[in-house]
Amino acid sequence: MLAFTLRRAIQAIGVMIAVGIIAFSMFRFAGDPVNQMVGMDTSGAERAAIRKSLGLDDPVIVQFGRYVGNAAQFKFGVSYQFRLPVTNLLIERMPATLELAIVATIFAMLSGILMGVYSALRRDSWLAHVFQAVSLIGISLPTFLIGVLMIYLFSVTLGWLPSFGRGDVVHIGWWTTGLLTLSGLKALIMPAITLGLFQMTLIMRLVRAEMLEVMRTDYIRFARARGLTTRAIHFGHALRNTLVPVITVAGLQFGSVIAFAIITETVFQWPGMGLLFVQAVQNVDIPIMAAYLMMVSLIFVTINLVVDILYTIVDPRLRSTVSRAH
Amino acid sequence: MTEPVLSVRNLQVEFASRRGTLRAIDDVSFDIAKGEVLGVVGESGAGKSVTGLAVIGLIDPPGRIAGGEIHLAGLRVDNLQPEEMRRIRGKRIGMIFQDPLTSLNPLYKVGDQIVETIRTHLNLSETAARRRAIDLLAEVGIPAPEKRIDGYPHEFSGGMRQRVVIALAICAEPELIIADEPTTALDVSVQAQIISLIKRLGRDHGTAVMLVTHDMGVIAETSDRVAVMYAGRVAEIGPVQDVVKNPLHPYAKGLMGAIPTLAGEDKRLVQIPGSMPRLSAIPRGCSFNPRCAFAFDRCRVERPEPLPRGTQSVACHLYDTVPAESAA
Repeated sequence: MLAFTLRRAIQAIGVMIAVGIIAFSMFRFAGDPVNQMVGMDTSGAERAAIRKSLGLDDPVIVQFGRYVGNAAQFKFGVSYQFRLPVTNLLIERMPATLELAIVATIFAMLSGILMGVYSALRRDSWLAHVFQAVSLIGISLPTFLIGVLMIYLFSVTLGWLPSFGRGDVVHIGWWTTGLLTLSGLKALIMPAITLGLFQMTLIMRLVRAEMLEVMRTDYIRFARARGLTTRAIHFGHALRNTLVPVITVAGLQFGSVIAFAIITETVFQWPGMGLLFVQAVQNVDIPIMAAYLMMVSLIFVTINLVVDILYTIVDPRLRSTVSRAH
Repeated sequence: MTEPVLSVRNLQVEFASRRGTLRAIDDVSFDIAKGEVLGVVGESGAGKSVTGLAVIGLIDPPGRIAGGEIHLAGLRVDNLQPEEMRRIRGKRIGMIFQDPLTSLNPLYKVGDQIVETIRTHLNLSETAARRRAIDLLAEVGIPAPEKRIDGYPHEFSGGMRQRVVIALAICAEPELIIADEPTTALDVSVQAQIISLIKRLGRDHGTAVMLVTHDMGVIAETSDRVAVMYAGRVAEIGPVQDVVKNPLHPYAKGLMGAIPTLAGEDKRLVQIPGSMPRLSAIPRGCSFNPRCAFAFDRCRVERPEPLPRGTQSVACHLYDTVPAESAA
């Protein structure tokens, strides 16, 4: 088990180094940062001085080593536009994004699993057909459109919910949370639904398909032959067997939720990392873009690792194969 | 004679399909007495398994019981409400399926699955149910049951898993066990153990057993009586020695002729020409007539009804009015 975890961790480090190379090469190919930082009337000598102070004169390999070394300590340089350390900017924005992503994922999993189980067990009921239709909409409509439509309905027409921002936030140490204030919660509803809708439909369809599959297996038939209650069969035996692939997808999707938050955050002007990234792209603020890339990859890689370990908890068969393989 | 544990009368099972209704079971009747083992034998698709599923009430749509009656110790069970039937399943009728590798839920310890079943049917505490589960595992011949009870199904071999499945089937002391090809998926050496286990359990507990198989060897070893099924009907039924030594129905003769023996190796095994008709194309009259060497005009038009013939009962026109020697 430990060997398995370690091996996965080493693979993860490999992935991070590869991402580091990509992030670093952005600096080399996305134009001259000095031009971005200075005005038209800056002299050549001043430009050279800035270039030297940023270490842009050093050989590529030295610059890369420095970059990775700093990144390992979560130092990503200074933002061109804000003139502030990128790490501080990201950490300041991170709670907003994580809160949004976590709430969206919880919403997606709860409603997705419930709807999936229902539409598998009551396949021909009208509600199951409604769920199927809703999931089709969720999959085919782009996120930003759903966000804009919801703003139009609930903010502009009905005036129930705020159309942008995060509401009032409470500081807990360096973390800021909108979950403890009414305006924060109200502001969270629409972005969380917008962000979670795609995952919800994905999970719903997955749960439905898996559940139908599991209901056909021999052990479910045998469970019925043993006279177990329908409830025990559906929720004790079938659902648990359904959850293995659901955990994978939901886990991996959490990474995409954070990545897709860019769009949702832009639509709702949510002050998170995604919005910061979009602004960075508009201003060619490469340190922020590179750092964001590294952050998102780190989150993806970590989630992958956690999902692998979670598997072994849900499915006892993997426990023994894992220990047998080492 | 006391009331049989299981009495099936004129059972019909139909499956609705796009090409019309298919009759998988047509007019099947048999009894099983307390402590008796009835072997049900026939080719694939003869309706053996469907009969078993009908008895335990697990025919799923589009299938349905279209006619006849099933009585369990006098109680009619074929028209019970789903919840009432659920209480009977596992408690009064135990079932053993073909493939022990897939019959157990892979995510739960075997002990938990047994305890769950016991507590569904018997009013026992968690600890009492666990104690009973250990006793059951011991009874079905699992060594070190107090340790194995906390194992997962994948930690058991095929034969051991089938023992667990049997323990699950008998955990509430059912009056009837339906064993649907319980040895087909197992090694030959393990088969014999499982068969003798089922036989012993039936004897010790006075349980009636309906043993579905296509293996005549298993039937000959285990059963008291045997029912030969063909295309959804019972062709012949009777005590196992009589049917094996002196089969009456031409199909049963063919089946017995196809059993290899250790003595007389020079004899060629008899083969029944042709194959069983599909449910959608069952011929008129006797369904066996196209393959039967003794078929005559009446067989092609009129369906034969079961006729008593000594200890046996046979559905064949050869035994109606016509003397027996023409069939010999």
